[in-house]
Amino acid sequence: MIFILPFVYILLMAVKTKQEAALFLFAWPSEWRAWENLVEVVQTRNYMLLLAYFNSTVITLGAVTLLVIFGAMVGYVLQRRRSPWNRVVYVFLLIGLMVPPAVVPTIWVLQNLGLFKTIHGMILIQVAYGLSFAVLLYRSFIASIPRALDEAAIIDGARPWQVFFRVILPLLKPVTVTLIVVQSVAIFNDFTNPLYYLPGRENVTVQLTLFNFQSQFQSQYNLLFMNILLVTIPPLLVFVFCNRQIVAGMTSGGVKG
Amino acid sequence: MTTRRRSPYPYWFVLPAAVVFVTLFLVPTVASFWFSLTRWDLFEAEFIGLENYRQFFREPFLVQGLVNTLIYAVVTSGAKSVLGLLLAVLLTSGIWFQGFLRSVVFFPVLVSTIGIGIAFAALMHPTRGAINLALAAIGIEGPAWLSDPALALYSVALIDIWKGVGLATLIYIAGLAAISPDYYEAARIDGATAWQRFWRVTVPLVRPATVTVVTLSLIGGLRSFDIIWATTRGGPGFASDVLASVIYKQYQAGFYGLSTAGNVILFLLIGVIVLPMTWGCSKREVDVGACAAMAPVAA
Repeated sequence: MIFILPFVYILLMAVKTKQEAALFLFAWPSEWRAWENLVEVVQTRNYMLLLAYFNSTVITLGAVTLLVIFGAMVGYVLQRRRSPWNRVVYVFLLIGLMVPPAVVPTIWVLQNLGLFKTIHGMILIQVAYGLSFAVLLYRSFIASIPRALDEAAIIDGARPWQVFFRVILPLLKPVTVTLIVVQSVAIFNDFTNPLYYLPGRENVTVQLTLFNFQSQFQSQYNLLFMNILLVTIPPLLVFVFCNRQIVAGMTSGGVKG
Repeated sequence: MTTRRRSPYPYWFVLPAAVVFVTLFLVPTVASFWFSLTRWDLFEAEFIGLENYRQFFREPFLVQGLVNTLIYAVVTSGAKSVLGLLLAVLLTSGIWFQGFLRSVVFFPVLVSTIGIGIAFAALMHPTRGAINLALAAIGIEGPAWLSDPALALYSVALIDIWKGVGLATLIYIAGLAAISPDYYEAARIDGATAWQRFWRVTVPLVRPATVTVVTLSLIGGLRSFDIIWATTRGGPGFASDVLASVIYKQYQAGFYGLSTAGNVILFLLIGVIVLPMTWGCSKREVDVGACAAMAPVAA
């Protein structure tokens, strides 16, 4: 019950009238205003929410695509090729996993590269921050793919990139699905990084609309909660359809410890 | 066919990823140590030695942010591991609707932190919030939750625990599944009570999962920003400020050097607390994969 009630509350608040929502009561709405509230939220500030959905989708898709390709390539070489550098790389991966990014110096680097306040800069940031996780996940999975497969392909005359893209990458599908699901939820829900690196109206992301509307909708809680509801829908869909992959991904390895 | 035999695992595979990682993560991280020693406006940095750090430890509200960070991390990770284990035991005991209940407990993990924060800010409203009205209905006068300076930090921690305990539960469920039923069988034959079986069999054997849960939630707790920003913005006053919110406030105020010093302190804090814990983890490679697997969601 404790876990469900807050969601019921969000739902109820989202369909109330402005006056009723302002009371904060956990009560059944006297009239259902779901559609009116929905339209009003979407139209606010010149359809800002639609723009935000577009931006968030572009960032999520772009970053996740690059994470899959980069992560798999690094994980592959790291697992297959034994070199003294591996340990160094490994330490950096762990640092990347745990250490919070240095915010202002990152803005400084982005500005010098002309990437500050740009969508593609944001994509690259998400790639940099998610890379450690992707590489470690792929590396442990690639260990279970026999080297004989690579060797057979090489004897057949395949070039290294062909071996990787034609033979290895398709075999990584289960772990790729896990990575896509986990990372897209994480990037879509990310608030802190767009807040720092992506200021400006035209760059707004879905999580930032919530934050902006929080101050604008002081007296219109029904609209604020409708916005929360809309923002919750994409993860809900992922959850309903990919629950198994999420669970598999997040507990993989933990079992074998 | 090339005449010279090249490795089938070329290093250029690593190159694109390395470029992104080094420029956007490693360079700023290393640069932060230098910039934290300067007065800085993004264009010119004037070296002022340890002045930023001195200021950090002189201002009471900044010190409070540091203390709050530690309290917050310990409280959330402690509660998540204890409640996570109890929920996991409950949800593997074969009660009704087990699968559905697991989903319900886990779902908040995937939901927008900002959305959850706003919703709870309304639920925790001192006079009109549903929580206090429910408490009043059974004759308890509810506290002011987020607007009471003595309580604000713990109220935020409570929301964080509610949102994050599902992940801990999931990890514990996987950990419990790895314990061989033989141990319970043997304990039962020896006449151990359910209580003894829990303390003598479950708790010691689920240790790898405990290490993972504690490490992850400590890191998450130390870095926590969204949930605090969505509910109290560090207030009332500075009562619920943590390092991450201090960093943001100093950045907004234009004190880039001071903000970066806050970042370095957070970096060192995580290093000092978490590194010794992951040491045991990295000895067994499998575990690190597990630790890694949870990181993006936990953060």
